[in-house]
Amino acid sequence: MSFSNSLELLAFHNVAYSIYAALILSVIAWFGYNLTRKKKAKSMVRIPFYTYIGFLVAMGVGHHIFTYNTIPWVSQDITRHNIKPDATYRFEVGDHKWINMPKKVTVQCGQTIEFDVRSRDLVYGFGLFRQDGSMVMQMQVNPGTDVNGILDPNDILWTFRHNGVFDVMSTEYSGPEAYDENGNSVMLVRKWLEVVGCKDEGGKK
Amino acid sequence: MSFMNNLVNGTDFDHTSLNALQKVTLRAVVMSFLFFGLVAIEGMIMRMVQVGPSAPIPEMFSHAEHYFSIMTVHPIVGIFGSTYQLVFAAFMFLVPYLTKKPLYSVKLANAVWLLITIGTAMAWIAAFVWQYAPLYTLYWPLPADTKQFQVIGGIVFIVGVALIMVGTLGFIYNIYATIFARVGVHKDKTTKELLISGFGIDGMLNLWHKLRGKPPYTKEPALALPVVAIFRGTVDTFLDAIVILSAGILVLVYLVFDASGHPLNVGAIDALLYKNYFWWGLDLVADGLVLIYVAGSWYLLATLITGQKLFMENVARAALMLELLVSWMVWSHHLLADQGQPEMMKLISGEMVTAFELLTQGLALFITLVTLWKARPLKMTPQLAYLLGGLSGFGLAVPAAIIQADMGMNRVLHNTQWIIFAHVHIALIVGLYMTLYSAVYVLWPLVTNNTTLFSKKLTWAHFWLYLIGGIGMGAFAGMAGLDGMLRRHLYVHGEFNTLMVLAAICGTMVLVAWFLFLFNIVMSVGLKGLIGIFLPAKDKTASYGIEPEIAVGES
Repeated sequence: MSFSNSLELLAFHNVAYSIYAALILSVIAWFGYNLTRKKKAKSMVRIPFYTYIGFLVAMGVGHHIFTYNTIPWVSQDITRHNIKPDATYRFEVGDHKWINMPKKVTVQCGQTIEFDVRSRDLVYGFGLFRQDGSMVMQMQVNPGTDVNGILDPNDILWTFRHNGVFDVMSTEYSGPEAYDENGNSVMLVRKWLEVVGCKDEGGKK
Repeated sequence: MSFMNNLVNGTDFDHTSLNALQKVTLRAVVMSFLFFGLVAIEGMIMRMVQVGPSAPIPEMFSHAEHYFSIMTVHPIVGIFGSTYQLVFAAFMFLVPYLTKKPLYSVKLANAVWLLITIGTAMAWIAAFVWQYAPLYTLYWPLPADTKQFQVIGGIVFIVGVALIMVGTLGFIYNIYATIFARVGVHKDKTTKELLISGFGIDGMLNLWHKLRGKPPYTKEPALALPVVAIFRGTVDTFLDAIVILSAGILVLVYLVFDASGHPLNVGAIDALLYKNYFWWGLDLVADGLVLIYVAGSWYLLATLITGQKLFMENVARAALMLELLVSWMVWSHHLLADQGQPEMMKLISGEMVTAFELLTQGLALFITLVTLWKARPLKMTPQLAYLLGGLSGFGLAVPAAIIQADMGMNRVLHNTQWIIFAHVHIALIVGLYMTLYSAVYVLWPLVTNNTTLFSKKLTWAHFWLYLIGGIGMGAFAGMAGLDGMLRRHLYVHGEFNTLMVLAAICGTMVLVAWFLFLFNIVMSVGLKGLIGIFLPAKDKTASYGIEPEIAVGES
């Protein structure tokens, strides 16, 4: 089992969490009902205390083991400084404007791209979004410089496995000047990145 | 009794019969629920803006300055103005009640609710008048950005928040001075014994002795379990107040220098280091204070509702000690999207230690449920129903957060509506507040001298509207987060219209529920009684349920 993009991951998450939510609400409702009954309900299953604790520990730890093994960007993110990207796009952001950002980026299917965004003033975000508004990925863009006055990097590696045309937008609030008088984001760049060359179901042709 | 008579005089409430402790408790409760109404209206304004142009709301709310001003004060009013006041009120009554000692100082308790009320009002005014809007996260250097915000707005806001924190420190002092006062049942206890009990160490030692086949360390712990939870949660409240206060002073220094014409270099403060420091403190509100206070409240409510001892009390005490370590080490889950944050901190603090909250909260849930189960059959009173509602809220909200406290999930969920609604709003509106409503109904006869509630039907209408509305709003807006909707972004074109309409309908249910609750309370105590709560108490007693004793600090 593996999730190749956020759509697959979040669809799975949506189903799994909805089932869990229905389950926990049902258990509490069943519990509440049986608390008031004069005829004492017989336990359907007897869960020993330490089994319950073990279950919680397994869920807490198992969740991370599961995502590490099924979400490809986790290990890539941790080891990103040892991976050579197919292309790097380095640009800056300041005064609510993207600075030296390429007008448009085209990526071949399966390419691993490094985005290095540096802030001149405030905390911003860097996020890619599909045309339906769903998120591809994001990172925070913190300001700061090293001792030589060079802006601190905020870098992320991303491998694109599905065709698509993506908008770029700041995912962090940086003050009301990030919007025009009509409430539109001035940091939204439509159709900034396009991925080509993938099969319909994802992956290289 | 006619409607008007009820409205003016209430049912059988007599404010002159209340002592000083009861009155100071009720004053904070009244302010808390007034702020709750304000926060619910603010929330609904934001919901309506997000519905899009079809929403019947004035256009001015869609302007970024206005919208983010509301978003900035929304958590200040909700968490400090409402939640803090209600929790502090309950604990300033419960600690004397449970320890059978007088509250250290009623004057200080009065100062606490006044400081928090004034501070919250100032923060609200700063946003309303000067549209100061750096949001509650105060990410450096935004709060000191005088190109976007007026200095005066910033100063009023920060002074307001500082007053709230000073009030919080006053609460902490009052609680600890009461717990450590060696009077009444604690006359012969040493400070060491009280400290050991307060940290839950006696529970841990009892477990250790049991494992080794030795007699228990203590059969009668110095402090009752709910008091241990209050003691323990207050440690985090203190640390949190210090962090927020110091961050406020930093912002204030920059603003004052800017106003004097000598602006300081904002680059002198490392934004990521500041984020770590601020989130460490801010997270203590959520992962330390709320979870521990809530666990303590569940234990207390379960024992009061059932009239029986708590199941596995020693384990519960030891778990509170464990939560001490957990709550101090989990802040990095807020920084999983910060690429400059060391990976080890993300992994250990952000993922692994955070996952322990599933264990500590799951344990509290288990102990509470088993305590109730062993006492069945029980009558389904509002107290019990609200408690079950509170348990459901945390049963939903805690896993929602653990799911996102993961490097893989966070990459596609950070700063979306998922965390703020499926986790924060459900945890606060459903989990925390339903627990607090249970406490309100349990404590109602004690703090009002057995005043008859105006309507039980209204109580149940409030319960169902609130429960369904709270869960519904959290669920629909949380789903919008899964669809990519950001939490700190202005959407004016109805981009996530369907889910926002559904969330707004559920939000309206919460607002209507609040109105019904308030109406029920006002009709019970009457407008005269409501005013009377704020008049000085003739009976200066600072305790409840024991021989009349005035506050130690005032003697």
